[in-house]
Amino acid sequence: MSVGILGTKLGMTQVFDELGRAIPVTVIQAGPCPITQIKTKETDGYTAIQYAYGDIKVKNLSKPELGHLKKSESAPLRHLTEARLQDVSEYQLGQALTVEQFSVGQLIDVAGHTIGRGFSGYQKRHNFARGPMTHGSKNHREPGSTGAGTTPGRVYPGKKMAGHYGDEQVTIKRLHIIRLDTERNLILVKGAVPGKPGALLKIVPTNSVGKR
Amino acid sequence: MKAQEIIRSIEAEQMKSDLPVVHVGDTVRVGVKIREGEKERTQPYEGVVIAKRSAGVTQNITVRRVFQNVGVERVFLIHSPRIESVTVLRRGKVRRAKLFYLRQRTGKSARLKQRFDREI
Repeated sequence: MSVGILGTKLGMTQVFDELGRAIPVTVIQAGPCPITQIKTKETDGYTAIQYAYGDIKVKNLSKPELGHLKKSESAPLRHLTEARLQDVSEYQLGQALTVEQFSVGQLIDVAGHTIGRGFSGYQKRHNFARGPMTHGSKNHREPGSTGAGTTPGRVYPGKKMAGHYGDEQVTIKRLHIIRLDTERNLILVKGAVPGKPGALLKIVPTNSVGKR
Repeated sequence: MKAQEIIRSIEAEQMKSDLPVVHVGDTVRVGVKIREGEKERTQPYEGVVIAKRSAGVTQNITVRRVFQNVGVERVFLIHSPRIESVTVLRRGKVRRAKLFYLRQRTGKSARLKQRFDREI
């Protein structure tokens, strides 16, 4: 996996390109993320870098967490994440990862948690059709049949049913970077990303498999 | 800076400052830039504003006119660089924010009274 950056979704707006077309964009404030640990084959069994993001009060971190961050002399930070690399020699402890590693027009993958919808019914969660609301029908928002009778005598695993919906990690792949603001650490990405404004996002260069 | 302030500052860079105050019910002329091959020219479009939507850089107006007995409605992003100008020709007196009722009307009943207390 390639090195990325952590950020916060700020919201959506639109920008105009040079042809005057309106492009829907999501504004993401990302980084700077200091490198908090460099993992090596000798000490950890694999090579990776660990970086942190998100300001937090000192009192809200435990002593072990503060001790870990002290090794890289970074400010108290909330989130830690890791990127596995073949070669970690070009990175130093405490070095900050910023939005400057990206370029305009580059394709990126954005991962985050979707908006939580709580315990949702069949229509919202699985796009089931609704039953008739009137004419004596009592089958308003029910699921219909969940399977056959005596044979097999059970409901098959994986049957779509009501339950918790949303608040799961989703990666939106191949989004275009429309604009970068290195002064304010902003990335403007074409299209939507998961979560509400304020949501934590992980942004990495796109992971293309095979020929495109 | 807070999230909304940052987004507003991004929008402010692209917003036009010389646009007139457009109200629903006004008759406006919109200059639309059109590319024909390599050349670019401005095509005027005239009609009644029947709706306004959104705010900031995404603000748009719906302009209706009846052309050859066919109602035509176009939505303009008024801060778009493709819109060269917006000029108010006449202020209309209306009691609604959306004038969709004009779609059902033709001829005399589709007119709007002029109001004179707003400057053009």
